[in-house]
Amino acid sequence: MKYIIESFSQVYGNNPTRPDKENQSDELKKIYKDKVGNLSKADLEAAHLEHHSHFFRKWQRRRWLTLILVNVLFLVSYKYDVQLLEGAMTASRFVGFHMADLNSALQVMLAYKHVVLNLVIGTTTVFIMWLLLGGRTFCSWVCPYHLLSEWAEFLHLWLVKKKIIKNHTFHRKTRSVFYVIFALLALLSGYTVFETISPTGIVSRAIIYGPGVALLWVGALLLFEVFYSRRAWCRYVCPIGVTYAAVGTLSPIRIVYNAEACHHEGDCRKACLVPHVLDLTIRGRAHTLDQDVIADCTRCGMCVDICPTDSLNFKIKGLDKFL
Amino acid sequence: MSDSNKTVTKKNEPAKKKTVLSLKKRQSQRREFLRSSLLTVGFVSLSLAGLLPVVQGRSARLRPPGALKTPLDEQKFFAACIKCGQCVQVCPVNAIKLADLDEGVGIGVPYIDAREQACDFSCDGLQCVLACPTGALTHDLDYPADTRMGFARMDNPKTCLAARGQGFKGQVRGPDFKGLLRYDEIDRWAPIPVADHPYDLELCDLCVRQCPIEIRISQCAAQEKERAAAIEAGKLTGKIERVAEQFGNECPPKHAIELQVIESDDGLKRMLPVILDGCVGCGVCEMICPVEDSPSIVVDIDKITNWA
Repeated sequence: MKYIIESFSQVYGNNPTRPDKENQSDELKKIYKDKVGNLSKADLEAAHLEHHSHFFRKWQRRRWLTLILVNVLFLVSYKYDVQLLEGAMTASRFVGFHMADLNSALQVMLAYKHVVLNLVIGTTTVFIMWLLLGGRTFCSWVCPYHLLSEWAEFLHLWLVKKKIIKNHTFHRKTRSVFYVIFALLALLSGYTVFETISPTGIVSRAIIYGPGVALLWVGALLLFEVFYSRRAWCRYVCPIGVTYAAVGTLSPIRIVYNAEACHHEGDCRKACLVPHVLDLTIRGRAHTLDQDVIADCTRCGMCVDICPTDSLNFKIKGLDKFL
Repeated sequence: MSDSNKTVTKKNEPAKKKTVLSLKKRQSQRREFLRSSLLTVGFVSLSLAGLLPVVQGRSARLRPPGALKTPLDEQKFFAACIKCGQCVQVCPVNAIKLADLDEGVGIGVPYIDAREQACDFSCDGLQCVLACPTGALTHDLDYPADTRMGFARMDNPKTCLAARGQGFKGQVRGPDFKGLLRYDEIDRWAPIPVADHPYDLELCDLCVRQCPIEIRISQCAAQEKERAAAIEAGKLTGKIERVAEQFGNECPPKHAIELQVIESDDGLKRMLPVILDGCVGCGVCEMICPVEDSPSIVVDIDKITNWA
C-alpha cells in the first residue's frame, strides 16, 4: 500500500518522501555509517572498469530489439498480410485478440461517452498485460517515440557536455496538469484532442501506413528535446506515461535497489528518464536495505546496465517465494 | 474556508520555506514555473488548433461504410475512432486512407478518395465495419446496400459521354491509373487494376455498368432465375423461404443509377445517367467516369437520401 501511495505521489509530481532517520533500520544506518571515508575514487574506478569489461548495456540491447521487433511486427503484419499484429499502437488485434492502448481507449471513452464491448475487451487485455509486465514498460519497451527520443537524448547530452546548450527543466507537476487538461478536453469538446499531437500514435501510424505531414510535428518535438529540454515530452507532457504508471503501481515487475554495495555516485540518476525515482540511491535516502523503485519507473534497465556495483536489479515481486 | 484561516496557513508555510531557500534557488524555481506554464499553454493551444478544421467545417469528407455520422456532423465518428487503421488493413481495394495532421483532430481517421480509389464492396461483407474495434464504423449494417456514405450527382452533363451520345474504347483513366475494381466475370475474389480491363462500348454507360448496387441487382436476378428453374425441375422444394430469409431485404437492393432518355435543348433525345434512391455513395461512378480532368459524375456527402 505504501508503495502505491508513494508511486501516485511521485507520478503526480511530488518529491520522493525522505526517510525518517528513526525509522531506518539499524542495518541500513550501519551500512551508511561504514561507508564514510571508505568509498575511495580508486575503488569506484576499479568497479567501473570491471563493470564495463563485461556485458555492458545488456538491457538496452534487449529493449531496443523488443521495441523494434514489435513495431516491425505491426508493419510486416500489414505489408505482407501476416495478420499477427494488425492495427497500430493505439488499437490492434494480436492473432485476432483485441488490444487497445489504455490512454487512447480512455480518450475515446471520454469523447464518445459510450463504451463498445470490443473496446472493453481490448482495454482489459492490455490492462492485464501491462499489469503483469510493469506498466510503464510500455513506454521504454514498445513506444516508438521513446526510441527516437532516446537517440535525440544522446545528441542533447553530447551538446550539453560540449557546453553548447543548457538543459531546461520543467516542473514535474506539469504532466499531471496536462493529464487533467487532456481528459477534460476530450470530455468537453467531444474530440480526442490529445491524439492530434500524440507522437506515439503519429510515429506508429507513419511506420505502418507511410509517412505524412504529421512527422514534421514529431521532428519539431525532437528538436525541442535536443536543444532545449531533455526528454521533455516523456517527462513533462505525455499522459500515456501517467496512465501506464497507474497500472504499474500494481505490477510485480520492478527495479529493486540494494543500498549495501552502492557508491552513491549517481551514474544511474544521470542515465534515468525519470531520475526522481532513483533519489533513494542518494546516501541516506533509502527507507530500507532493499527498496523497490516506484511505478513512475519505465523499467528500461538503464540504471541496471550502468550501475558498477550491481545495486540495482530487475525483480519479480513474489517470485522469490516460489523459488 | 474563511479568510482568516487562509491567511494563517499562508503565513505559516511559505514563511518557513522562504528562510530555507536561497534567492538563487527561488529565482530558478520561479523561472521553472514560468517555463512550465508556457509549455502547458503552448502544447494545449497546439492541440486545440486541431479543432480548427472541424470548426471551419472543412473536415467532412467521404468516409468508409457505416461511419458514425450524419452527412456533415462527424463529431461522433471522430470521437469513437481510435485512429488505428484496422479498416485500412482489411480493405481488398485499399480504398481507405488515414487523414494527416492537416485534418487536425481528424488525424488518423479513415476517409475515401473516390476518384483515386472508390469502395466497390469487393469484400461483400463490409470488412472495415467488422474490423473496427470501437464501433466508429457502426456494426448496425449488414449489407453494402445498408450503407449511406454519400449520394452521387451528375455534376457536369455537358461533358458526360452518354449525354453526348458517345461511346468509350480503351483503358478508363489511362494506362497509369492505379485504381482497382472487382470484375465478377474475371475473379470474384481478386480485384484487378481498371487499367488491365479495357472497354469497348458503343454508348458509354460505365457509371451504370460498374455500379456495385446495379451489379448486385443483376446477381439477384440471376439467382432468382436459377432458383425458379430449380423449383421447376423439382430440385428445390421447401427451401424457398430459407433463401428469401438469407437475403432479407438486401436482394435485390433498390436501383441506384440508370440511363434515362432525356430530351435535350436541341430537340434530340439523349441518354443521361440518373441517380436513384438506392445510391449508397460508394464513389465507383466517380472513379470510373472516363472524362478526364474532372469527372461528370461526383459523390456528394451532404445529400444522403432518407429512403429507409
